[in-house]
Amino acid sequence: MINRRQFLGFGAAAGLALVAGCTGGAGDDETDSSAEITGPITVLTNRTDLANSALPAYAKTFEAKYPGTKVTFEAVTNYEGDVTTQLSSGDYGDVLLIPNTVPVEQLPSFFEPLGDLADLKTKYRFTDEKAYDGKVYGLSLGGVASGVVVNKRIWQQAGITAPPKTPEEFLAGLKAVAARTDAVPYYTNYKDGWPLSIWNSQRAILGDPTINETFPTDPTPWQAGKIQYITDGLLYDLVAAKLSEKDPLTTNWEGSKPMIATGKVATMLLGSWAVPQMKDAAKAANANPDDIAFWPFPYQVGGKFHSRIEGDYKGAVSLSSKNKATARAWLDWFVTESGFATDQQAVPTLASSSLPETLKAFQDTGVDLVEIPAATANAGKEDEIIKESEVDLTGNIYRQKLVDIARGAAKGDKDSYFAELNRRWGKVQAGIMK
Amino acid sequence: MTTLRRRFGPWLYLAPALVLLITFTYVPVGNMVWYSFHKWDGLSTTMDPVGWDNYVRVFTDERYWRVFLISLYYFAASFVQIALALYFAVVLSFNVRFRNLFKGILFFPYLLNGVAVGFVFLYLFQPGGTLDTVLGAVGLGEHTRYWLGDPDIANISLAGTSVWRFTGLSFVLFLGAIQSIPGEIYEAAELDGASRWHQFRYIIAPGIRRIISLSFILAISGSLSVFEIPFIMTGGANDTRTFVIQAYETAFQFRQFGLASAMAVVLLAVVLIVTWIQRRLVPDEEVTLS
Repeated sequence: MINRRQFLGFGAAAGLALVAGCTGGAGDDETDSSAEITGPITVLTNRTDLANSALPAYAKTFEAKYPGTKVTFEAVTNYEGDVTTQLSSGDYGDVLLIPNTVPVEQLPSFFEPLGDLADLKTKYRFTDEKAYDGKVYGLSLGGVASGVVVNKRIWQQAGITAPPKTPEEFLAGLKAVAARTDAVPYYTNYKDGWPLSIWNSQRAILGDPTINETFPTDPTPWQAGKIQYITDGLLYDLVAAKLSEKDPLTTNWEGSKPMIATGKVATMLLGSWAVPQMKDAAKAANANPDDIAFWPFPYQVGGKFHSRIEGDYKGAVSLSSKNKATARAWLDWFVTESGFATDQQAVPTLASSSLPETLKAFQDTGVDLVEIPAATANAGKEDEIIKESEVDLTGNIYRQKLVDIARGAAKGDKDSYFAELNRRWGKVQAGIMK
Repeated sequence: MTTLRRRFGPWLYLAPALVLLITFTYVPVGNMVWYSFHKWDGLSTTMDPVGWDNYVRVFTDERYWRVFLISLYYFAASFVQIALALYFAVVLSFNVRFRNLFKGILFFPYLLNGVAVGFVFLYLFQPGGTLDTVLGAVGLGEHTRYWLGDPDIANISLAGTSVWRFTGLSFVLFLGAIQSIPGEIYEAAELDGASRWHQFRYIIAPGIRRIISLSFILAISGSLSVFEIPFIMTGGANDTRTFVIQAYETAFQFRQFGLASAMAVVLLAVVLIVTWIQRRLVPDEEVTLS
């Protein structure tokens, strides 16, 4: 192991202090709870749409409660990429959202521990998603459920009023939509890519709370009956049956919102966060917002749907912050008292708060909302396999290829591609889980 | 004193340029080479040395070197680009009506931001988009297809976009070179009864040989390092992933900075070698027209 700082120090010796960024991680003292809550803090946010409107309004309430504080927001458009780079520079605000690229074992190098997992998990949801070694490093700003956003009116025209219970029923439903309406039955949003990654958020459908722990132990997740076969297989089948948009290369996320709102598209797999956006799009397009409904993923275990609820970005206190007391106060206040989650129709982080309306309607379809615990014994292993094998479960690259094969634009078929994925995954998995 | 000044004087004037050059070119490249022999996720404070492993992977794993083949589309397109640019540069270097207007029109695409170009062409290539409409209007409606969705044509569409964007640059280079040829030579040629073709063949072409050769070097390194047009328009999907997109994904999606650095070093080496070979094949002779 070579210390990276030594090498960069060598660079600096050549008179180049400019290039030599130093790794973050200055100061490792615990939050001083006796420190006074006052002074300015900077909060990094990915919500460029709210940074000049809703967020300063929350800040005003906070500043009224703690006189002498001042909260400034810094909106970052390309949040993941930019903030990851900022992290290694050591200067990344006082409160920020933990970029998903930071592996759990590196959380202590950049963020302040917020408390013990055992204590916090009784009070908050989603605490284990950014925890390491029994300490929690981030609190979710609100959670989402996964499922299918549908235009109810179109599905009704096709004769279907209740959520399909199996992948076969779902495919039959899409076929009915194709036959009886003018709508595109399913919209993949292939070109923008990230909507394809939502196929990875369906793990809860098996109703198995240990799946995150056992997933990295499986060398062949694309075998019949297993989770990747069920989800990716459904994506393959619906594209192969020509039930998705004709030219996936020219899709457009912003454009897809009015399309589903007005009934040009019938179905998209998304998170519950999308529902308010689609309803807004319906209002803007003079369509009926009540046409938009949220259904569970078409798979049942023991006669029940299961939907995963998981935390969105987690807020954290920067380890290099000069004003940790105020930063911590802001984070706690924002998560528990600001009402942000309710305003966003998200699952509130505070376990005692009740669900927003969108999700109550979702629950009425008879679905169990389940939080599946993050892996502990195998923490970080899945990420490592993803990185090494470049099979991006959490991304869109291999799923785009899957869609290409299914629509006949690339060589292979379902069996050959799943065999290839199993081989690539298994080869790396054997090395990492040895 | 004077010897001291003579010794250090030039360096004093060179210093700002040298500091900038070393800081922003050679040290980052040095860092990159260093990273390429390590396994590093871009965040961790430690890096594991892995020797030549990253390079072995780039050359043995088909997924990494195959993407180089996509460059062939862009390389082929660069001939079209140079031919078009040369044609227009020659035509517009003589007196034609609306000469300056046409110069502006041809150079304009190069001034557009690459992201804007990507979006413009995304709409152009949509099913039922501008291109399909135009084809339909001139009676070629049956030739419309999914310009980006069809894997047989997607790379050609993208390379076409690249030609549209960069023809302006080659055009300006050629035009500048042609205009540096003294006007008397044309006059003399005309008195001798040389046609336009002869003027091109015996005056212009040899006169701008250096620039043409430079354009080919730019075309080769450019086609090996295509990034923004396919990245914005298809994100590398549908077999349009170029070497640089693959390197970008390896670095920023899969956090394998060592491997991605090795890919970048390989790309650098390939470009240097190709340039060197070309300089040997087409030596840089002094141009004489008299």
